[in-house]
Amino acid sequence: MSYTKPSFSHPALPRNKVGYLKRDYEGAISTLCAGCGHDSISATIVQACYELNIEPHHLAKLSGIGCSSKTPTYFMSNSHGFNSVHGRMPSIATGANMANKNLIYLGVSGDGDTASIGMGQFVHVIRRNLNMTYIVMNNGCYGLTKGQDSATADFGSVSKSGGGESTPFQAIDLVGMAMELNASFVARSFSGDKTQLLPLLKAAMSHQGFAFIDVISPCVTFNNNTGSTKAYDYVRDHIDVLGSLDFIPKEDEIKVDYDQGTEKVITLFDDTKISLSKLAQDWDPTDKYSARDKLVQSKKDGHILTGLLYIDPTSKDLHQILNTVDTPLNQLQETDLYPGDDVLEVINQGFR
Amino acid sequence: MSIYGHNIWLIKNYMQYLFAFFKSTSMKPTNIKDPEYLHKVVDCQYACPAHTPVPEYIRLIAEKKYTEAYMINWDSNVFPGILGRTCDRPCEPACRRGRLEEEPVAICRLKRVAADHKGEVKHLMPQVPLVKNGKKIALIGGGPASLTVARDLAPLGYEIDLYDEWSGGGGMMRTQIPSFRLPIEVLEEEVNYILDMGITTHFNHFVDSMKDMLTKGYDAIFVGTGAPKGRNLNIPGRVEADAHVHIGIEWLAGVAFEHIKSVGKKVIVLGGGNTAMDCCRTSKRIGAEVVNVVVRSPFKNMKASPWEIEDALREDIIIQNNMPPKEFIMEDGKLKGVLFSKVRAEYDKNGKRSLVPTGEPDVLIEADEVIIAIGQDNSFPWIEKDIGLELGKWDLPVLNKTTYQSTLPQVFFGGDAAFGPENVITAVAQAHQAAISIDLYLSGKDLVKDRPSPYVNLVSQKMGIHEWMYDSQVVDDIRYQVPHEEKTKSLADRKVEVELGFDEIAGFKEAQRCLNCDAQTIFTANRCIECDACMDVCPTRCISFVPNGEEEDLRQRLSAPADNLTQDLYVSETLATQRVMVKDEDVCLHCGLCAERCPTAAWDMQMFFYNVTKAHTGCETVTV
Repeated sequence: MSYTKPSFSHPALPRNKVGYLKRDYEGAISTLCAGCGHDSISATIVQACYELNIEPHHLAKLSGIGCSSKTPTYFMSNSHGFNSVHGRMPSIATGANMANKNLIYLGVSGDGDTASIGMGQFVHVIRRNLNMTYIVMNNGCYGLTKGQDSATADFGSVSKSGGGESTPFQAIDLVGMAMELNASFVARSFSGDKTQLLPLLKAAMSHQGFAFIDVISPCVTFNNNTGSTKAYDYVRDHIDVLGSLDFIPKEDEIKVDYDQGTEKVITLFDDTKISLSKLAQDWDPTDKYSARDKLVQSKKDGHILTGLLYIDPTSKDLHQILNTVDTPLNQLQETDLYPGDDVLEVINQGFR
Repeated sequence: MSIYGHNIWLIKNYMQYLFAFFKSTSMKPTNIKDPEYLHKVVDCQYACPAHTPVPEYIRLIAEKKYTEAYMINWDSNVFPGILGRTCDRPCEPACRRGRLEEEPVAICRLKRVAADHKGEVKHLMPQVPLVKNGKKIALIGGGPASLTVARDLAPLGYEIDLYDEWSGGGGMMRTQIPSFRLPIEVLEEEVNYILDMGITTHFNHFVDSMKDMLTKGYDAIFVGTGAPKGRNLNIPGRVEADAHVHIGIEWLAGVAFEHIKSVGKKVIVLGGGNTAMDCCRTSKRIGAEVVNVVVRSPFKNMKASPWEIEDALREDIIIQNNMPPKEFIMEDGKLKGVLFSKVRAEYDKNGKRSLVPTGEPDVLIEADEVIIAIGQDNSFPWIEKDIGLELGKWDLPVLNKTTYQSTLPQVFFGGDAAFGPENVITAVAQAHQAAISIDLYLSGKDLVKDRPSPYVNLVSQKMGIHEWMYDSQVVDDIRYQVPHEEKTKSLADRKVEVELGFDEIAGFKEAQRCLNCDAQTIFTANRCIECDACMDVCPTRCISFVPNGEEEDLRQRLSAPADNLTQDLYVSETLATQRVMVKDEDVCLHCGLCAERCPTAAWDMQMFFYNVTKAHTGCETVTV
């Protein structure tokens, strides 16, 4: 068994604009089951950070507990990281973000970590519109404890550990919930479809505010069987795609004229753009109500709706809401924070 | 309304798929059952003219199984100890490691490790039957080609007579390779393994008539006389200076047989090939104080192997380039030196080189003796024109390129005598084929249709979950340097070997650098669930899942551009999502990570063994 990756990389692969090779964004060799969807998501995160020219030390990866939450070990070895208590990643992310708003925050969680034990934290971090990307690696089961159904297991889905019994409960739809709570960026994707996941991730990481991506990620060991709604084959057969997304860095102009009817260009706060070619009708990704309708309709039809469902490019993140200073709080010095005896005297005088 | 399932997959992600779909020139799935495909993946073995199973013997060296490693070599290249010191090493520039870092595995030096540390081997060699098969074969020339034919055919019961003009076997390996590169004991050990197979030797016997040979009742004759004629240089003063001027290969033979024991204090060697390197280094050892190697062409175009040039420079040989010789200058009946003009290389738009005079004044280099080492040619003055053996261009025999049979059906050629000067390993490879032809010919079989196919085997290395039977870990070590004998000591005696060879520890470490390219990545498309795990884990981005297309187009759409066109793409059958798995073989580390991370064992690491069938192992088992 290999415990380390060979240090060689492809000699023809270029360095990105900040001088790093893709290998510099990788992590330790994965100890998840071979074929785990989570590894594909890790690989996509590596690719996205490489393409976004993020310097590894400008990123913080945070997670809770579970198979999904183990993955930060397997990507971005040179970044900051925090593996928190089960379901408590949002608190840590909030604290870290409050202290240093200059880092890029990437939270990784699972369906258990988010939809069960961490539900309370999840809803509040959405409500506060914390500037972070929140990925749920959603496999519908508790893989780390032998594959029991999780709260996102669909009604009627059959898993390996259920002894042939189907799930009797309704699933929590994290995407629907995020929409309901006014999340400013909501998307769903599939670990087996990197061409869709990559631009979504890049857009999410460039979004100012809370960006939520629910990624269906099959558990090859416990939930990739016939009858499971989170198996590779099932997802591929039932996937419904809203449109294809292109992430356009601000230095690249849009070269092609786009069709107003089917294409939409959304400019993000930092002048990066996302161009969306829509496949679905009656839907506009900046119109929350049309997105919600689309989601409901798709669920009714038994399809798995993927793509960027909703985005509010003008959203205000927590720092803007709280009107914090431009300098990250952790960099404020005593001279910035303590106004001096004279000022104090003036204030005290005001109360006399 | 939206479009679902399969169709959407195509439209959404893979517009290129449609593009490819309408073009019928998508790549066909790779036929992994064709042993030549997998053979090509083992770069070193594929580049070796004799196709020695290199990674196999390197693994055996790492396991300290030197005897077994030696025998794998011996079967394939006949002279492991000799070649481990002197081979031209076409394998090393081909080594995959050289495409990942600066230096390839020191394959040649590892071969020597096997030879230096082996145990008893004679009992492992094929035994010669006491009862002969009644057929007699003559071998003309006692060099590597003839010896290989003898080795391959003697165990089959052929009676073999070997003729050579010199007093011992080995041909150019004895006469042209100096002892400081190849000690005489090493040469004799490996030559004698063959001569001891009951070969009747006729040494000191120059064959001067093919016509005579044909009347001696041999059932077949093999000509392995090499390229024995050193080229001369006809410039002004050559005749006058003759007493001070030597032809390189003749001079080396003179030194080897101790007819020549000294040389003048100032020596010029003309030429930039390996013979020139041997001449200059030999001169240094038998009396020369100043040795100038003067080459017409630029340094980078010199034909000598880089390591031989390096060794010469280490011994304070002066190499001067861009100087064609013009005239031998005599003074008072003695050689004064050689006059050279100065040129520079210019290349036309087709890359063809011409040497243009620079206009600088000519240069006189003083010399007591001059050695001309500017190439060698074949020479068949002893083959009569009226016997039906046709000689063609450059007086080379007209041969079938597969069978090495001449226009006289019972006469075969091999080695430098066949297609002109090459090297020992090429001679051995050709002689194996000639031996097969002779055996087929004398068994009344068809020389082309009945040729034996290579012996191949493909065995899964899976030992458990994520465990392989080979050492899949890739080490970062850079190439280990071979220790050299102290310069003063080696220059004092031409028989002292310069290179000392790896000891067991260095040999082990160097062996660990081998990537095991024969541990093949075998893909079974119908097991693949397209989870991308292999693609994600591959350290060198060899694996991609993409819509199929034309090769040229496909090469640009992979995880990393596949720009090395000499390396194949391994293309799978079409998968469930209408994509194909494409693996660029170029910089695969054979680390097995793809197979370790594969949940369904669609990838497997399988050890590939490929061995060219020799006359003594295979002709009887031919199946067509």
